[in-house]
Amino acid sequence: MDFESYDVLVVGGGLAGIRAAIAAVDANPRLSIAMVSKVYPMRSHTVSAEGGAAAVLRPEDSYETHAFDTIKGSDYLADQDVVEAFVREAPIEIIQMEHWGCPWSRDSDGKISARPFGGMTTWRTAFAADKTGFHMLHTVFQTSLQFDQIHRHDEAFATKLLIEDSRCVGVVAIDMRTGRFEAITAKSVILATGGLGRVYAFSTNGNICTGDGMALAYRAGVGLKDMEMVQFHPTGLPYTGILITEAVRGEGGYLLNKDGERFLKRYVPNKMELGPRDIISRAMTTEFEEGRGFDGPHGKYMHLDVRHLGEEVIDRKLPFMRELGREFVGIDIVKDPIPVRPVQHYMMGGVDADISGATPIVGLYAAGECANVGLNGGNRLGSNSLSECLVFGAAAGRAAAEHASATRAVGANPVDALLADETRRIEASFLDKKGGDERIGTIREEMQHDMDAGAGVFRTREGLEKLTRQLGSLRDRFEKIKIEDSSRTFNTELTAALELDFMLEVAETIAYSALAREESRGAHARRDFPDRDDAKWLKHTLAFRDDGPAPRLEYGDVRITNFKPQARTY
Amino acid sequence: MAEKRITIRTTRFDPDKDKAPRLQSYDIPFADESMVVLDALNHIKAHVDGSLSYRWSCRMGICGSCGMMVNGIPKLTCNAFLRDYWPRSITVEPLSNFPIVRDLVIDMEDFMHKLKSIKPWIIRKQEYPLGAGEHRQTMDQIDEFRQFSECINCMLCYAACPVYGLNNEFLGPAATALARRYNLDSRDQGIKERLPVIADAEGVWECSFVGECSVVCPKGVDPAKAIQQTKLDTTMRFVLPYGNRDE
Repeated sequence: MDFESYDVLVVGGGLAGIRAAIAAVDANPRLSIAMVSKVYPMRSHTVSAEGGAAAVLRPEDSYETHAFDTIKGSDYLADQDVVEAFVREAPIEIIQMEHWGCPWSRDSDGKISARPFGGMTTWRTAFAADKTGFHMLHTVFQTSLQFDQIHRHDEAFATKLLIEDSRCVGVVAIDMRTGRFEAITAKSVILATGGLGRVYAFSTNGNICTGDGMALAYRAGVGLKDMEMVQFHPTGLPYTGILITEAVRGEGGYLLNKDGERFLKRYVPNKMELGPRDIISRAMTTEFEEGRGFDGPHGKYMHLDVRHLGEEVIDRKLPFMRELGREFVGIDIVKDPIPVRPVQHYMMGGVDADISGATPIVGLYAAGECANVGLNGGNRLGSNSLSECLVFGAAAGRAAAEHASATRAVGANPVDALLADETRRIEASFLDKKGGDERIGTIREEMQHDMDAGAGVFRTREGLEKLTRQLGSLRDRFEKIKIEDSSRTFNTELTAALELDFMLEVAETIAYSALAREESRGAHARRDFPDRDDAKWLKHTLAFRDDGPAPRLEYGDVRITNFKPQARTY
Repeated sequence: MAEKRITIRTTRFDPDKDKAPRLQSYDIPFADESMVVLDALNHIKAHVDGSLSYRWSCRMGICGSCGMMVNGIPKLTCNAFLRDYWPRSITVEPLSNFPIVRDLVIDMEDFMHKLKSIKPWIIRKQEYPLGAGEHRQTMDQIDEFRQFSECINCMLCYAACPVYGLNNEFLGPAATALARRYNLDSRDQGIKERLPVIADAEGVWECSFVGECSVVCPKGVDPAKAIQQTKLDTTMRFVLPYGNRDE
């Protein structure tokens, strides 16, 4: 068997992955870079980010306040040295994006504009209208096309990390077009596969957000950090889960209950609509439970009202929101309030990685949503994640390039054997599997509904224990799935099965990590343990794959530098 | 009342065993007024026939994956509502003018090459140092190119373009619009490098100005305008001794 060999391999073609690839080229232009993505890069879920990217770019702002806002927002679970480095790098990255052509919205003097965002004490969110992720992704992707060192493997689905002699030396991937199994080797591998929102039924995330990179790393023995920390965004459209950007509130929109009341005055009186996402999602859920939500055909909802902003501001700052309202709800947000309710949106947890993206496995790095470098802790502030993709994508790209420049390539022998093993595994478990009567779609839907019910905005021990049992039983049933599609050409039933396999794995780490953390911190709200408990729980959860159904949980220290944990009120 | 249902006919084609594409019919529940064609395909794949293949992701009209022919018209299936067709049946086919890989999946490698050929990145004679901060750019200057930057590469315009249907050497609507997006950006100085690609025989001159590309664009981009403006640009550069800002 033959295989393709590179210096650096990036899995994932979203903002973090492409930024990493360009950084690797910049660090050493002689390196060859492979980018393996299960979709064409411009389809990556970065494209759906709307509101903006945070960075200190204005004279009245400071690194210290951005750091403090982020750390307080994280409910003190962020690693403070990582946050402090992040806030210094973010402005440089925003300027770099500007030089690459990102159409940032501008102030009247022609400088990059900023808007207010939840949990940020000042205007520091740079934006491109309300399609910031779309513009950043297309800008960075199109920019990457000029680098012949970057070799794309579009629509190639990574199934396994190649680990040889305790170092990561590449991946096995299925070329979706031909169905061929390929070993793609490299001296450094960067995981940048994005989030896992599709383990939930109601999520803003696209179909491709299935936790692939997290599961790949987990199976290779890397810990998944703080997986109980799942972000629920306050404003998703009922039924579809389409994201209505926080920028709607940043620009002055109101959240109203069915009595027409700005109910956030009872929860975040000093911040109101610009409170952090975890607290606002809990406030909305509480209002629903107390009977102050609207009832609709797709469940309870609140009104998000921008009518007072006027058509001109809406068309200038929020044109995509108007388009989404018109096309998907049949309303004009200039004249009608928008129905919204909390929706799974983002994963703070992820592959355990350090400030340069390095994981405990030599040669393996992670960046973006699939990674947990310690930036977001218990709750990410809106607009920090696009900046995170840039800052830590670039850091991982540089570190991976440095490692590759100083390392010799892996030989053919172990790779051939590893590829043969992985090919056999997938053929036996899926492609050539006979019998089986469980539908992939049914197991997936049950998992999603169980996750919504058991690991949502509020959690309890009973609910989480039930969830672990449900996931265990779904895992057993997954062994009995039937695959109707035997084709080698663009077999999306096979990829759906592989994705479900990944999702069941990461869903279990969420359930068990959440069950163990007996406190409420950030997005992890336990009804049976309503208070934060710094004495016992100011620590990171690390979930490792174990022989049994449950992961082995370990705990690590949170690095505190300049900001002592204090009560988190807004 | 009996459960509301709708008939979806979709293209099936597996090159491993089929000689030609065929249509297969599925009768599925039309359970919710908010259902779109993509939801119907997802229902089929999850509950009826797991082997149906198509691309999709964001289901909010921004990733550009789920373009297909819906009753003969190129559309994003994530915002083509069943209620606009019911009680008629809906025929879903792969985008026209492209080779079919499988079922509803088209081969769009041709576009990926064309995208790269127009050099869709900022070209400057001298790189502006990062330390110098951002280029100043006014909202008016952004408005010059804004609409062309909204292209989501969904390929609906190529599926609607009769010229591309006859000659796929034609650079086509989206790639021309994206070239225009950079040529009109006040930060860019690369028009001279792009014009040879977009002004050659298979570039803008092939367009017969049917304008279907602009009609089907789900994002309000007007590629037909980009093509006409580029024709003008190209002519002016040959005729006039002075030119654009890059000289």
